[in-house]
Amino acid sequence: MSRLIMNRRGLLKTGAAVGAGMAMPTVLTAGGHGYANAPTGSTVTLGFNVPQSGPYADEGADELRAYYLAVKHLNGEGDGGMMNTFSSKELQGTGILGRKVEYVTGDTQTKSDAARASAQSMIQKDGAVMITGGSSSGVAVAVQALCQEAGIIFMAGLTHSNDTTGKDKKANGFRHFFNSYMSGAALAPVLENAYGNDRVAYHLTADYNWGWTTQESVQAATEAKGWTTVANVLTPLTATDFSSYIAPVLNSGADVLVLNHYGGNMINSLTSAVQFGLRDKLVNDKNFEIVVPLYSRLMARGAGENVKGIYGSTNWHWSLQDEGSKAFVQSFGEEYGFPPSQAAHTVYCQTLLYADACERAGTHQPCAVVEALEGFDFDGLGNGPTHYRAEDHQCFKDVLVVRGKENPTSEFDLLEIVEVTPRAQVEYPADHPMFAGGALGNCNNG
Amino acid sequence: MDAILLQVLNGIDKGSAYALIALGLTLIFGTLGVVNFAHGALFMLGAFVAVTVGKILDISKITIDPERLDFLGNPAKIRTPYVTEWFGDFGYWLIEWSVLVSVVVAIPVMVLIGIIMERGLIKHFYNRPHADQILVTFGLAIVLQNIIKAVYGANPIPQSAPDLLQGSVDFGVLVGMTKDTVIYPLWRLVYFIFSMVLIGGVFAFLRFTTFGMVVRAGMADRETVGLLGINIDRRFTIMFGVAAAVAGLAGVMYTPISPPNYPMGMDFLVLSFVVVVVGGMGSLPGAVLAGFLLGIIESFASMPLIKDAIAAIGLPAIDQIIIYLIAVIVLLVRPRGLMGKTGIMEE
Repeated sequence: MSRLIMNRRGLLKTGAAVGAGMAMPTVLTAGGHGYANAPTGSTVTLGFNVPQSGPYADEGADELRAYYLAVKHLNGEGDGGMMNTFSSKELQGTGILGRKVEYVTGDTQTKSDAARASAQSMIQKDGAVMITGGSSSGVAVAVQALCQEAGIIFMAGLTHSNDTTGKDKKANGFRHFFNSYMSGAALAPVLENAYGNDRVAYHLTADYNWGWTTQESVQAATEAKGWTTVANVLTPLTATDFSSYIAPVLNSGADVLVLNHYGGNMINSLTSAVQFGLRDKLVNDKNFEIVVPLYSRLMARGAGENVKGIYGSTNWHWSLQDEGSKAFVQSFGEEYGFPPSQAAHTVYCQTLLYADACERAGTHQPCAVVEALEGFDFDGLGNGPTHYRAEDHQCFKDVLVVRGKENPTSEFDLLEIVEVTPRAQVEYPADHPMFAGGALGNCNNG
Repeated sequence: MDAILLQVLNGIDKGSAYALIALGLTLIFGTLGVVNFAHGALFMLGAFVAVTVGKILDISKITIDPERLDFLGNPAKIRTPYVTEWFGDFGYWLIEWSVLVSVVVAIPVMVLIGIIMERGLIKHFYNRPHADQILVTFGLAIVLQNIIKAVYGANPIPQSAPDLLQGSVDFGVLVGMTKDTVIYPLWRLVYFIFSMVLIGGVFAFLRFTTFGMVVRAGMADRETVGLLGINIDRRFTIMFGVAAAVAGLAGVMYTPISPPNYPMGMDFLVLSFVVVVVGGMGSLPGAVLAGFLLGIIESFASMPLIKDAIAAIGLPAIDQIIIYLIAVIVLLVRPRGLMGKTGIMEE
């Protein structure tokens, strides 16, 4: 039997050797180029970190389809999709900076710790130069922070909480998707037109980051139009049966129910609300109404007929008739046989925007990419003229107010666009109180 | 008063599902002595029998309509379900009443699944510690969940109740209260009545049939029944199938209440186990009583009035943990549960 004897000198030597070993990957990759995971060969690797299991797996699957399509287009295959309509003409179908685009995928499981672990693995083991994805604000905020520490660019996917580009914003992170404030700002005037300004709202809110900011935004926007809020009840994210939360609404004096729920929560709470006959009720001499601030076609499909006539907002919809949207729907539809979701659209855009920024910067170096994206104005990606604001890395563009379609003509035709709310109406100052509390900090090259 | 009545009603429909799952769990535990953590998956499989029946009835003939265009601008494909082509109005009736058609289909399917599960896997764990049984059945539940996810996707799939049973009833008026104060979904009432009939049926089967008498005798003293020359194992296997069918039917009928998705069984399983423990391990009436009781208490804990009162004294919301709190209190006061018998799980 042997014994390990370690003296102080030995410990120091071993520690130095281990430290040098651990630093080796960074030294090797960052040494010559001054940034983490600098591509050296003929390829560049992107990391697609999406929920492949868990409650948002279908959205994650649609995001992956869009990523594959974006890679295909970047590498010069297929019809080019929105690269043909994108106002910037840097992308030529020759990869990024002449390197063929390759990718690795990770499963976030819609859990922050799992998402961080898979992003970490893609950065350290696979050498991903950019991480993108997510279908949850909690995940996006967690991965964004990790990318900031690692010196990697993070292009957020579907994340709607104000905090992603508010108190949790980071210099290495960018969001194309809209946010809770924008939903409130776009919805409130439409709701006022449809239901008047003398309404009493009752909010049911998912008890986590996204739910809180959405409730706060919608309440502020509707109260500015004259509505009052009678209650805001927080519901656990894990709740599956909302009947006991819906029942008290009946006798609360409210004539509007706002469901600050997403995904399975939204499907179940909306189903319960409709089953309890809320929409057939007459309260305060007005028809009782339901509002879903954040809509998704994939979720609308889950709620079935219950979405008919219900207002909400969305980042993008496949029925838009601008050239960019048509090109994307054509390309995606030909490839997969059905139209893309808003999640697919935003991640496709993010991939092109990242590639374009690299081309314009002439490098993958994160700080150069950040500089190229900050204040970038573009068009042709489906939402009209769009601006990536430098102060918080939030995209500003038109927002869609939609309504569940009364007479769908196909299984995809679930939502109709009621209004394309102009960008000016959903803009806000970077120091708006709902986004206060954080700082972008400095970009990190790793 | 109306708010209290509403929460009682809410509690009984949730309690119906808990009671049906807990009843099956208790049947399996009482007969085979197995702690079956895959029982929630049987509830989920039942729901997906309804989804499958719905999809089968929706298999369609596709024709091209040059007058209409699809989302890509190509001539639209028009789908006409074969059942409506073949059977006319009866075909439409089958589609509309697909949930009830699924009940008929689910009985043999779930009994078969139960028997296969018992014969194929669980019988090998009869003489193993409860921890082994829990691990293997939990693993089985995860496998079943992932198979369903792979086939049907992760998003919930809505199922409609028949038109006749959709909408809501003014329960308040029925009990002499003001109009529009207690509105209750019709299908939830149907679910409650269905669960009562099912629970009554299981009890009657055990109480008034020879088969049931033998099973009850076997639950009380397996060895003696065996010594009388009765093949009690075969009857217990059939009871496993019956328990699977009860869970499956609970799942089928639940689909119009909440669109089914793959984790739904796990959501109910843990709570149903608490129900079994609170009711008393091995006690069928205890499982049913505790199911309704905990369903109602859980509903009350979700009331804004209660939530506000709890928040006012500085405590966090308890609506998701109330069942566990009650379980702790019941077990402290009555360690065998509400109607538990001496000797069960006490060795």
